Parts: sequence; structure tokens; C-alpha cells
Amino acid sequence: MLRYTLKRLLSLLVSLAIASLVIFVVIEVAPGDPASFMLGINAQEDTLAALRAELGLDQPKWQRYVSWVGGMVQGDFGMSYQYRTPVAEMIGDRLWVSLPLALYALTLSTLIAFPAGIYAAARRGKPGDMGVMGATQLGVAIPNFWFAMMLVLIFAINLRWFSAGGFAGWDKGFFAALKSLTLPAIALALPQAAILARVMRSALLDVLGEDFMRTARAKGLTRGQALRRHGLRNAMIPVLTILGLQFSFLLAGGIIIEQVFYLPGLGRLIFQSISARDLIVVESVTMLLVFAVILVNFAVDLAYAAVDPRLRART
Amino acid sequence: MRRNLIIGGALSALMVLAALVSFVWTPFEHTAMDIPNKLQSPNFTHWLGTDHFGRDIFSMIMVGARTSIAVAVVAVGIGVGLGVPLGLWAAARQGGWVDEVIMRGNDLIFAFPSLVIAILITAIFGAGAVNAIIAIGIFNIPVFARVTRGGALPLWAREFILAARVAGKGAARISVEHILPNLANLLIVQATIQFSLGILAEAALSYVGLGAQPPTPSWGRMLADAQTLVSIAPHMALVPGFAIILTVLGLNLLGDGLRDALDPRLRVART
Amino acid sequence: MNLLSIQNLSLRINDTLILHDVSLDIAPGEVVAITGESGSGKSMTALAVMQLLPEGSDTTGQITLDGQDINNLTEAQMCALRGDTVGMVFQEPMTALNPVQTIGAQVAETVRLHRPDLDPMGRAAEVLTRVGLPPDQVPLTRYPHALSGGQRQRVVIAIAIACGPKLLIADEPTTALDVTTQAQILDLLRQLAAEDGMGLMMITHDLAVVAEMAHRIVVMQHGAVVETGDTATLLANPQHPYSKALLAASTHHVTLPDTDTSAPLLRVENVIRDYPLPRTKLFQSPGHMRAVNDVSFDIPRGGRIGLVGESGCGKSTLTRAILGLEPVQSGRITLGGDPVFSAGKPNLAVRRRMQVVFQDPYGSFNPRHKVARLITEPFHLLETQPTATERKMRITEALTAVGLSPEDAEKYPHQFSGGQRQRIAIARALIIRPDLIVFDEAVSALDVSVRAQILDLIADLCTQYDLTYLFISHDLSVVRTITDRVLVMKAGQIVEQGDTEAVFTAPQHPYTRTLIDAAPTLPERTEHV
Repeated sequence: MLRYTLKRLLSLLVSLAIASLVIFVVIEVAPGDPASFMLGINAQEDTLAALRAELGLDQPKWQRYVSWVGGMVQGDFGMSYQYRTPVAEMIGDRLWVSLPLALYALTLSTLIAFPAGIYAAARRGKPGDMGVMGATQLGVAIPNFWFAMMLVLIFAINLRWFSAGGFAGWDKGFFAALKSLTLPAIALALPQAAILARVMRSALLDVLGEDFMRTARAKGLTRGQALRRHGLRNAMIPVLTILGLQFSFLLAGGIIIEQVFYLPGLGRLIFQSISARDLIVVESVTMLLVFAVILVNFAVDLAYAAVDPRLRART
Repeated sequence: MRRNLIIGGALSALMVLAALVSFVWTPFEHTAMDIPNKLQSPNFTHWLGTDHFGRDIFSMIMVGARTSIAVAVVAVGIGVGLGVPLGLWAAARQGGWVDEVIMRGNDLIFAFPSLVIAILITAIFGAGAVNAIIAIGIFNIPVFARVTRGGALPLWAREFILAARVAGKGAARISVEHILPNLANLLIVQATIQFSLGILAEAALSYVGLGAQPPTPSWGRMLADAQTLVSIAPHMALVPGFAIILTVLGLNLLGDGLRDALDPRLRVART
Repeated sequence: MNLLSIQNLSLRINDTLILHDVSLDIAPGEVVAITGESGSGKSMTALAVMQLLPEGSDTTGQITLDGQDINNLTEAQMCALRGDTVGMVFQEPMTALNPVQTIGAQVAETVRLHRPDLDPMGRAAEVLTRVGLPPDQVPLTRYPHALSGGQRQRVVIAIAIACGPKLLIADEPTTALDVTTQAQILDLLRQLAAEDGMGLMMITHDLAVVAEMAHRIVVMQHGAVVETGDTATLLANPQHPYSKALLAASTHHVTLPDTDTSAPLLRVENVIRDYPLPRTKLFQSPGHMRAVNDVSFDIPRGGRIGLVGESGCGKSTLTRAILGLEPVQSGRITLGGDPVFSAGKPNLAVRRRMQVVFQDPYGSFNPRHKVARLITEPFHLLETQPTATERKMRITEALTAVGLSPEDAEKYPHQFSGGQRQRIAIARALIIRPDLIVFDEAVSALDVSVRAQILDLIADLCTQYDLTYLFISHDLSVVRTITDRVLVMKAGQIVEQGDTEAVFTAPQHPYTRTLIDAAPTLPERTEHV
């Protein structure tokens, strides 16, 4: 188990190293010089050079990469070109919107999808299954940002249960903040829940066809008992994979949903920074998101091993 | 379960038809503004109403279908064109360094939140349909590579592959002659799924203004335009939304239907 | 009174008639074998008793178990019966256990369900000890993947007998196991049934197993019982034509023509084949598994050589090395003096002189190609491709030689039965008239009657084509009739070789003796039908 963990940890570090390099290169080849963008087209050549030096843009590329990565390891994400404030601070504030939103959505999605998937698998081919499957088929097809607009139209504009956008802030109390994240979280969660429920159902149905399920029934377990005691844990492996992928979707999907609800999260930060050519911010936010995704994959790998003794033994 | 195939096929065909017909005919010129008749609800003149510039929404939806389909088709093409050969190659060298490199590379692309990178690419290299296609297409490569490799590995263990090797055939020839034809069904089904995901991704990118640029109409941007007007002209949001939903739903049903129709094992399991 | 009584059981699954008026009885302590070929409905009969039939099943008739008519029981009552009054053992031990639960927990679960008065883990330890897995050797906390096939089957048996059932149903319990393991599991089942006075319903396709195990036999064909009787009587004097045919096929002998075996053909010299083990430490070179260890033998032209051994003994690895599919670490394999693998590449000139017939009649063909294309695949090895007319002629010849018609060339493989596909596989091997054919478990997946036909075909072809072959099989009775010489392989080494009859009648190596003793045999029959 320890060896397995170490091996996964190593591959996590390698992924991070390559990812940072890729992001750095992509942003480096991007057209547009931040310095001239900030000073406008009429800027003097010597002012530009001074600004470049101040921003560290005159250093060789590899040196800038090293100092960027080295800084990130110590929690220093550099200074924003645009606002001249530490990027870490900017990200820190926004993270308190984006991360809770993703977790909130993930929780909702899991709470909806698991029971729905199990229910559908248990009633395979019966009306209950058809109903759930029909609903998920539709759920998969709905773009989450459109769904968000519909939620706003119904629950904010017509019913006035929620505000149409903006974030109350955690200092206004936990529930006020949670309330302002509720519509966005639902918009994110439902389409994802549809996918997850389908995966849950098909994983369970696959397991139901296994020989050991017949052994379980031959012991005298009812269909439901066999499903719960022997089916679920074996079905968890594909479900965990999707759950890991979903976190990445939710973080990214959050960027778009933040636009719909005017939430001050990482998504809005990234769009503002792109339009202002504040590349260091774009670089760092992307890296942070990639880091989160890789970290979640690492956690999923560990969860696999917890579920499946064969994996623990193999490595 | 022929129902999935029929409904899915019909919806998908309808969308393709709308796109094709738009080349020769639309009820109105889709760019023609008509401010006095702006924000009309659906009526006999404007079947699906008009937008805030008085443009005919039905015509815009028809022309928008072209954009969605074109972006999704090319993005799937990129995925198939690069992912399938990579997957075949990896499977033929199972456990070797080629396999390792290809699959690690795939894992790496999967580790990037796809939409974020798509936003990054379109933002940095400029918003537009071509960059949107590339951004979406890149993430199709590992999907097809994985599906191909996953389908090819059990085939490589089959005895007919061993028989081909005994007949002196090399890995490349076996991949093309024996493996690929037996993966066709799998790939067709995956292609319909990626196609529908491509349409969703294109809509999301144009919604944030990074997809096809004006005057090319696109469903995602129509939704972005509708956002501030949703309370006074809900049809502006409803119509493009339904267009996306019906297209994606149609493609997904088509994929399910094809899988059932093409995979004899599933057909046996069902009876 | 009978423990189990099945009266006029008929079963339809989605309107296909599967069982037709099946009646049979099992008394307490009695071992009854249900035998028949695939599709005879023997497993469905067992599942009907368990009421675990697939969805869409519709049964008529009466099943009385321990005095209760189970057709009148609710699902809840049936659940109380399963695992308590009746236990079941399945064919495939590798998949019959939950991979993510310990064996102790899986046995204890049965106890917990039906005997709340007992300590589940204590009882599990007891039962596992009884089936030969004492916890001090095989801890209860083991997961199934850490056990061998035979051990797993013991766990499955422990689950089935944990609550002391009155009836035990065993569905092909040893088919997936090696012959020595099979003997142990059969012993165990026989002993458990005798000690506990359990009724045992034993489902098997293997008449030799039946002969050794059962008090009574039920012969089934096409979903109906064709004959029932006392084992010794029925085997000595079967009445129904199908029983007679089955018995004849099970003891089928072929006569091979005499050949001159003075010229050498294939020579295997001191071959070693290692596989790297998965890397366990990051900076240490991984270890090796020696699959084939210093193997040497010759196959003369016209020789018909058998290779027997249990799973994992290295016979598949050796086969691949001979076919030139994989390189060897040391030693030489030559055909007519030329190496099959030279300078890191398979030698095409040698390869075109060898062909192979595989085990699985379903996996051997690309389902998307027609027979003509399938059987001409070896032409790829030729330097000059045959002309269209010659190609057609060769296809006709090959198909005719294996007892198919030339029109079959335009069909797809799924249009043929398992036995016919094996004929196609032989046609594919024959078409370039190779010097050596390797039969890799080529009849192992076939029903006995089909197997007998294929063995006849091979014997026939020996006369027509002067075949030289290496016949690899785990089935000793088949090897005994179809080969002149035999090699016995164990743990990567050839432990004994010699003339087939000599080896079978007077085995020299203890392992050969174990193998031969372990293989169940049918009693010699005095009168011939």
C-alpha cells in the first residue's frame, strides 16, 4: 500500500512538472507583449524596457520558468502586471468562491446520482428505470449555462426566492453565502448528476452479471441485499473514475457558471486577466486548476486501492 | 429498442437538414436587422420570434446549426484522425515504451480541465471558430486513443490475431486488417458521443464570446445575447437552448441506438 | 422419502423451450450425476431447483425439496432455503467469489444469514478447515486473488456447506481445474456428501467423472431426460441411442497409420524462456520467471507427438517459441536445420512450413471475414501469391479435405457450429501444406461427440497428408489415442518422454504417475456396442 502510494505520488509530481512546462510554453508563445499592452501603443521604447525589467520580462525564458515554478512552490505566484498586487492574494479571495461552489455541486450531484443510479439498476427494464434513464438522457443534453439562465428566470426573476446573481460573501454568514451559491451549484450539479447516475447504473448492471453475484444469491441473499453487500463496492471503481473527472468538469464548468451569476470567482478572474493580458495571473490560475485536477486524480487512485485489494497487492 | 435509433436519427437528420437548407434558403436574411420589430414573440411572420435587433431567430438557428455541426465534425475528425492511430499503435506495443509514452501523454491531457484550456487557447490565440475547433479537437485525441486501445487489447489476445501472426503478418498490417474493422462499431458510437459533446463545448465557448465571431451566428452567442433580456423576451433564451438540447439528445440517442444495433453481444443479452 | 423430487419440469425462456418434462429424484446421501452435452439443459435444471433462473423464465411442473413444493414459496421463503437447505457450487472458481471481500467474511455471511445463533467467524474457520483451508495456513483475512483456483473452489464449497445443507448442487465444479486439483475437489465433495448424508446433484459433461462419483446417472439431451439408471448398470449397458453414442464418443479411439519416422524435422535444443516479473523496487532490475527451463526434444518427420501438462507448466510458452512468435533467451529451435527465429526476427522461410490450430473455435476467426479469406491467410507467407484459379482450387481442396463443402468458402464464421469451425481452422492450417502442424488444445473446447469427429478427421488426414504434428493438451485420454510419442511437462521442464502407450502403461516419473492416477477413467467395458 505504501509503495502504491509512493508510486502514485511520483507520477503526480511528474504530471505537475510537465503541466507547468506546457502552460508556460503556451503562454509564452501567446501573441502580445504585456508591457506594451499595459502602456498603450504610444509608449516610449525606454519606458517599455523599464516596465519589462520591472516585470522580469527581460530575463531569459528558462530563468523566468524556474523562478515562476520556484515561487509557486513557496506560495509566491508573482505580482499581477495589471494591479501590481500579489497574484496569490487575488487567487486566495476568488478561491473562496470557486472551491466551495465546486464542492457544493459535487455533493449535490453525488446525492442525486447515487440513489437514482442504484434505483434504476435495481428496477432494470421497469418503468422506474425508464423514467430515470429518460431524465438522465435529457440531463446530459442540457448545457449547464442555459440551465442556469432558466433557474434565474424561474427562481430569481419570477419567484424571487434567490437573487439573480452576485455573491453575499462569507462575512455575511454561512447560510447567506451558501444561499447565493445554491442556484449556481444546482445548475452545475444536475447535468453532471445525469452522467454520474448513468455510470452508476451501468456499473451496477455489469456487476450484476458477475458470477459472484450468483454465489451471493445462492447463499440466500435477496436481490437487494446482494446488490448492496456485493454489488456496490465492486461497482465503485468505474464510478470513482467518473467522480474524479467530474471534479475537473465542475471546476471548469464553474468558470462559465460564474459568468451567468456574476460570481467573483476564479472564472471571472481568468477572463478579466485574459482581456488585460495579465498573463501571470492566467498562468497561475490555470496551473492552480490543473494542480487541483491532478490532486483529485491522485485521491481517486488512492480510493481505488482502498476499494480493491487486488490493486494494493499488485504494486 | 429500435426507438432510440429512430428518434435519435430523426433529430440528428433534422439538424443536418436545417444546416444544409440554410445554404439555399432561410425565411429571412439572418443578419437583416429590423429594429421596429425587435423582441417579437413567435408569430406567423417570425416563426420563432425576433431578437433585440429584430433579426429572425428561426433563420439564425438554421445558420447556427452550420457552425455547430462544422465545429463538432472537424473536432471529432481531429480526435479520430490522431487518436485512433495512436491507440492502435499503443495496443500493438502493449506494455512497451511506446504504449507507456502514449498512455502517459493521454493521462496528462486528461489532467487538464478541458474547458479551461479551451478558454485559454481561444483567449490567447484569438477567439474564433478555428481556434475553438482546435481546442475541442485536442481533447478528443486522448478519448479516441483510449477507446481504441481499450477495444484493441482484448482483440490482440484473441486467437485469430495469433493466427495472423503465424501467417507472418506484422503488427501494422494486423492493426489495419484485423483490429480496426472490429473496432468500427465502438468508434462510431464514440464518435456520436464526442460529436454531441463538441456541440455542447462549442456552445459554451461562444457563450463566453470565444467561439465563432459575428456576423457568423452561433447558438451559444445567441444565448449570451439573451441573458440580459431573459425576463422580457424568454423566447430568445428558450429557442437556442432547445436547439442545443434536441441536437445533443438526438445524437446521444443515435449513439445508444447504434450501439444496440451494431453490437451483436448486446443484442443477444437483451433477448 | 426423496430429498429432491422434480416432476415434469418444463422451462421456457422468452418462449424458447429449454427444458421439457424433466423428472428426477435425489434421496438423502445419494450422489446423482446429470450429464449431457452443452445445450442439454443440465445447468438450467439446477438453477430451477435454486429458483435462480434468468429473467423471462417460465416454468411448469413440480419441484419438491425437503417436503416443500418450492413453486409455492415466496421469494423470501426461497431466500431462507438457499444457502441453508440447499447449497450450490459453480463452475468458475476464479470469478465466483467477490474480489473485494475476504474469504472469511464471505463464508461467515452465509452463517450470519441462516444461523444467527452461531459465531459467524468461528463457524467460518471451522468450515474452511473442513474443506482443507485451515486458518493457520490460509488466514480468513485473505482475499480471493491471493488463492489458487483449487483453493478458491474450496472456499466456494465452504460457502455452500457452511450451514449444513441437505442438498448440495455442484455445477461442473471441476471443469475449470487441472486434473490433479480436480481429483482433490472430487474427493472432497464425495467425502462431504458421505459424512453429512447430503444429497449431491452433480452436473458434469465428463462421463469419467460421473463414473467415479455418482450412484445414479441422469442423461439429458436437448432439454429432456433420455435415460436414468444406476451408474454401473447404465455405463455397462446403456439403452438409449444417445447414451450409447455419448459413451462411445467418450471412449473414442482412433487408429493412426504407421509412418516412417527416421528423418528429423523439428529440433528443440536446451530452450530457455524467461519472462520479466513486474518491477517491485524502483531502482532494482526486476526479477525473472523461468517459463521454459532447458527443454530439448525432437519431432521426426511423420511424428505425432503429444505434449501434456497442467496449466502454468509452460506448454503455451513453448508453443509460441516453436511457432517463432516470441524469441527465446537461450537454446535453439530449428525446423529442417533452419532456425525459426534468427537475428531477432522470425524466419519466414521456416514459418511457412508450420501452421497451428487453436483451442477456441469462436475466437480463432476474424468475425468480419469470409471463410475463403480466413483460410487463405497463410498464403501471406508465400513468396509468390497463387493465381486466382490456383487459389480457388486450394480452397476447394482444403475445405473438402476437412469434410466441408467448397460452397462454404463464401460464408462467415458465425454461420458454423463449433465443430465445423474447428474444421475450418484445420483447413487454414492445411492450405499451405506445412511440414508441421501444432494443435494447441485443439479439441478441448468441444463436446465429446464433436471431439470424436475431429479426432477421426485428424487420423484421416494423417493417412492423406502424412501429417507431422505436435498435439498439446491437458486431456490425457485424447493424447493417448492421437499420438505416438508423448512429452510430459512440469514447471517448465520435460520430466518424461517416450512412446505414448509405454508412458501411459508404465510411467517412470512420479509426476506422470500422479497425472495418470488423478485423471478419472471410465470402467473398461466388456461388450462393445
